[in-house]
Amino acid sequence: MADVLLRVEHLKKYFDTPGGTLHAVDDISFDLNRGETLGVVGESGCGKSTLGRTILRLYEPTDGTVYFENQEITSLSNKSMKVLRRDMQIIFQDPFASLNPRMTVSEMIAESLLIQKIFTRKQGPQLRARVTELMDLVGLSSKLINSYPHELDGGRRQRIGIARVLALDPKFVVCDEPVSALDVSIQAQILNLMQDLQDEFGLTYLFITHDLSVVKHLSNDIIVMYLGQMVEKAPAKELFSHPMHPYTRALLSAIPVPDPDYAVDRVLLKGELTSPIDPVPGCRFAKRCPFVTEACTKADIPLREITPGHFVACILV
Amino acid sequence: MQNPDDILSIEDLTIHYETDEGSVHALNEVSLAMKRGETLGLVGETGAGKTTLARGILRLVPSPPGVIKQGSVFFEGQDLLSLSESKMRSIRGSRISMIFQDPMTSLNPVMTVGEQIQEVVEAHNRDLRQDEIIRQANAMLEMVGIPAERSHEYPHQFSGGMKQRVIIAIALACNPVLLIADEPTTALDVTIQAQVLDMITALKKRLNTAMLLITHDLGVVAQNCDRVAIMYAGQIIELGNLDDIFKRPTHPYTRGLLGSIPSLTKDVKRLSPIKGLMPDPTDLPPGCKFAPRCRFVTEACERAMPEPTHLSETHQVRCILAEAEVRNG
Repeated sequence: MADVLLRVEHLKKYFDTPGGTLHAVDDISFDLNRGETLGVVGESGCGKSTLGRTILRLYEPTDGTVYFENQEITSLSNKSMKVLRRDMQIIFQDPFASLNPRMTVSEMIAESLLIQKIFTRKQGPQLRARVTELMDLVGLSSKLINSYPHELDGGRRQRIGIARVLALDPKFVVCDEPVSALDVSIQAQILNLMQDLQDEFGLTYLFITHDLSVVKHLSNDIIVMYLGQMVEKAPAKELFSHPMHPYTRALLSAIPVPDPDYAVDRVLLKGELTSPIDPVPGCRFAKRCPFVTEACTKADIPLREITPGHFVACILV
Repeated sequence: MQNPDDILSIEDLTIHYETDEGSVHALNEVSLAMKRGETLGLVGETGAGKTTLARGILRLVPSPPGVIKQGSVFFEGQDLLSLSESKMRSIRGSRISMIFQDPMTSLNPVMTVGEQIQEVVEAHNRDLRQDEIIRQANAMLEMVGIPAERSHEYPHQFSGGMKQRVIIAIALACNPVLLIADEPTTALDVTIQAQVLDMITALKKRLNTAMLLITHDLGVVAQNCDRVAIMYAGQIIELGNLDDIFKRPTHPYTRGLLGSIPSLTKDVKRLSPIKGLMPDPTDLPPGCKFAPRCRFVTEACERAMPEPTHLSETHQVRCILAEAEVRNG
């Protein structure tokens, strides 16, 4: 039996907007095993960041349940949730916006240790030793200990974000586009660091990104989201070798591959993402789908297991 | 040494920004030529000088702090750097156009998209009648796949991809010889990026426009360009056609960039990134700018900046290791 760390069941997050109810996350379920990485891909506005935040209860779910180590966390009090947050952390996309411009590197890393009462202010020497250890772990030179965020480049800022998370020795980390703002050579450094830390500490990642090559590189399983719904879920290799949902196929064929001989049969989509406000029943991708039939817009399309571990929400498959 | 086939020929262009913190060496002796109708990809990371080069061609480098230290930019036989401001203005937007990265901020929010295209048509064709201006503007809108009925709408009524189409329509309205596109699809999702790039490529073919495509995405280059220039710390360190760059990458930086990208087609367990960071542009190393990060660095690399070495008719590189190889056959 696989060791399930996180179980998400029928999770929904709706927002009330002046234009109607926005279905940001609409009935998502999955299991995530300890030590594995689940990639979540989709275009802007598909609900992937909302999914990550709702799992951590940074947004309160509209409906559905989340189990963490077999404990239901959706109904926990804020107090119990705060204790649990040691185990469940998040790395944000923009390392500049998520750091306090008036705190030094060491203050920011120490802050998470103090908030979670792992150390108290009185334990100065131990606290400093731990901060230095963490900086070393994420590859931040100790001479940066008194630097401010504006003095650092994007890669180093993201290393601070990672050190703050590691400080708490978490089990589960939501990584919300952690390398999207970085240049490719720096991006590769950070991805390698995240892999090393996962191996060393047995971390479990929910890796949210719009970059399909990054997600293929890191993930065991991948979820493809479209307008709040999961349209396909499969092991990484399987998804890239046998994509089944027309949206996944279009998404994969749209990636520019850095190889001039690489020829793809482009599935060029018409139009753009429609709005997830008060969606009508039926497949949400139907309007852009090149293979749309009448049946597609009649009723909601359930997710079906086509081959073991490969789930698709499309009636044509 | 101008080739008559070249529409654009940049020689030794050097641009610095004089700031309180020192002189930022944004562009250092860049030479580059482009032929009619070709697409040249300009690749580099943040701070490599890509945008300064693009702005330098159009003389849009803000001054102060920007100072053009030396060099020339020959376009259709005349040196743009010695033209009067009014002459330059007649070239911008009509012979050379530019598309900026962010479609959200390049459009005027209080003008309809139709008016914004008409404005360009009118500015460069003063004697056209109003109905003819509108007809041309609508034709441009249709050409980028937006129904002319939507010309009365405002930018906020358009999505990101549609706004970028409007900007492309404005850029191509006067049928320019050269289009400079600065990260035109970076702000867009991949499926929309694919639509927009396909459209730009089709249009430039039809109008025989040359394009300087600035991007950090080597995938976009491989799928859309004829030739590639790789920039690092204000210099072009490698230049070649697609096969030269993707199959025979020679400069250690180019090879490092290609090794940093997670592959979709191959299984790679671990990426091989380039160690360290780009040097501070106010304090560049005296020799090869990449030397502090280079795996193959020798003493000679740190002494003097290597000159471009021609590996073949199409392929040139600034690296003394390549120089030595060529010398030894």
